[in-house]
Amino acid sequence: MSTSAIVLMVSSMGLVISATAYFFWKVLRTPPKKGDDGERPEGFYEAG
Amino acid sequence: MTTEKQQWGSRVGLILAMAGNAVGLGNFLRFPVQAIQNGGGAFMIPYIICFLLMGIPLLWIEWSMGRFGGKHGHHSTPFILNSMSHRPWWKYVGVFGIFTNIGVAAYYCYIESWTLSYVFHSIGRTFSGMSQSEVAGFFTKYVDVAQSTTGIPYEAVIFYVICLALNTWILSRGLSGVEKVAKIGMPLLIIFGVFLAIRGLTLGTSGASAEVPGASAWAGLDFLWTPQYDSLSNPKVWLAAAGQIFFTLSVGMGTIQCYASYLKSKDDVALNGAASGFTNEFVEVVLGSSIVIPIAAGYLGLDWVKENAGFGMAFQTMPFLFEKWGPVLGVAAGVMWFGLLFFAGITSSLAMGTPWMGFMQDEFGWGRVKGAISFGLITLTLGLPTVFFFNQGVFDEYDYWAGTVSLVVFAMLETILFAWIFGMKKGWAEINEGADMKIPSIYKYIMLFVTPFLLIAVFIGSLITPKGNDWKGAFSSLGSGGGWPLDNTSIIKQISNSGLKEQIAAATDPAIISTLEEKMFYVNLARIILLGLFIGISILVYIAHRKHTAKKHAL
Repeated sequence: MSTSAIVLMVSSMGLVISATAYFFWKVLRTPPKKGDDGERPEGFYEAG
Repeated sequence: MTTEKQQWGSRVGLILAMAGNAVGLGNFLRFPVQAIQNGGGAFMIPYIICFLLMGIPLLWIEWSMGRFGGKHGHHSTPFILNSMSHRPWWKYVGVFGIFTNIGVAAYYCYIESWTLSYVFHSIGRTFSGMSQSEVAGFFTKYVDVAQSTTGIPYEAVIFYVICLALNTWILSRGLSGVEKVAKIGMPLLIIFGVFLAIRGLTLGTSGASAEVPGASAWAGLDFLWTPQYDSLSNPKVWLAAAGQIFFTLSVGMGTIQCYASYLKSKDDVALNGAASGFTNEFVEVVLGSSIVIPIAAGYLGLDWVKENAGFGMAFQTMPFLFEKWGPVLGVAAGVMWFGLLFFAGITSSLAMGTPWMGFMQDEFGWGRVKGAISFGLITLTLGLPTVFFFNQGVFDEYDYWAGTVSLVVFAMLETILFAWIFGMKKGWAEINEGADMKIPSIYKYIMLFVTPFLLIAVFIGSLITPKGNDWKGAFSSLGSGGGWPLDNTSIIKQISNSGLKEQIAAATDPAIISTLEEKMFYVNLARIILLGLFIGISILVYIAHRKHTAKKHAL
């Protein structure tokens, strides 16, 4: 493989793997929200 | 689904279901071929840019539209869109969000059934001792329903029905059934994919043979990843990258809105959307690029890959290559490859069933089982023509109109609705409601200007694709007064069946003319079926609207 191909492959895969791991880590670290809110927000309209 | 107040069991389950919806066969088969055809490694630059400017914003838009609709008791796009605007016709635009899913499920379940069938053929070592052309011929024989590869009559139909029945049964279990499949299927898909990707990345020149002495997996990877920077100035490459991002994320289908409509009003959509989007990208960029191309180049050589790279490789080439790994590893690889494709397929096809079920439950009070069975029966009715008349082009016609054009049209219109009609101020507040991550505020402007622009560009690019996809040549021709030469793959030319008409005009053999005319008949039949489906759903939406109006007047 040429150097440019290796650089692009490793950097693209590295970027995607890092971002995926980061977002999943953040999902797992975020505590669940307490309480259930099923209320409709005010100010939004609903057409028939 | 509203009658039983369904909701997701866990956050990880929701993300895996959303990622499973996005991850499909295209991640492994379409992406590497698109990359090879559009500048190799340089394709990744527009691809990543389009992911950040179009893909991620569309995910956030669809997630927040779905959660917003769910607050109002709507779980399918006709009335989700309706609740976002005073204009009553938006609910008919929302019909795309049900139509596309049924239209795509009809043929997608057929592909899914191939993968299921090939798992059994891999275990039974059907491909043992077959030459490459025999393996390719096996597939041709399989899709010709008049023939049987196992002695079971109508084998392809039987596997298709089994596959649809499985989908229907899981759907009848509701969101918990979908979530369970995602929680099992997605990790297995990733494990199988990682195993095959490691094999692809480490194969090197060990697959070279006397027939193909220069075969090398490195050459395949080199060809895939070497940047050809001159391709960056070609609009074709940018349109291909935007198109790939679009299809890989399953945006413009109405499934994301449906899944998100079962969120609570304060549940996060920002982080969840990003996590599911990047999971899809992991499967596509990391695993998708490391399996088919390097393994095929490792045994058959780069020249073969250049000539034959395409969807058919999954079924016509890979079983032959796996046989070279010996009886144990060959069977394991076959089961993993087709198992991986099956899980990629079923997590997507299950998502396609939920908008119809959500709509019928919301508007007509149907239960889960009735909704699931009706989806199965409609899909079967629409899908059988793709099975029986596969070689007559019905399958491709469904794929083009329901699986390609409808997605682009719907995504373009829903983005305009969200950013310009619902309004970016309210839209931005909706996306950030309960968000577990801070979205950079530049995305407010990206959603307002860049994403709609890119979607309109993809649509116009598909509508008026120039001859040979040569955009530079077409602009030169237009500038010099020669007009805009349209390609037969453009939507305008597709509508008028120009390609087929040209083939008929050029043919001299009466048998070929007769075959082409027969194909034209089936192509038009497929369009009538799809049009009938769209009109049928629109009538149901109209009836539901009348019911809403009558209910309001009664109060």
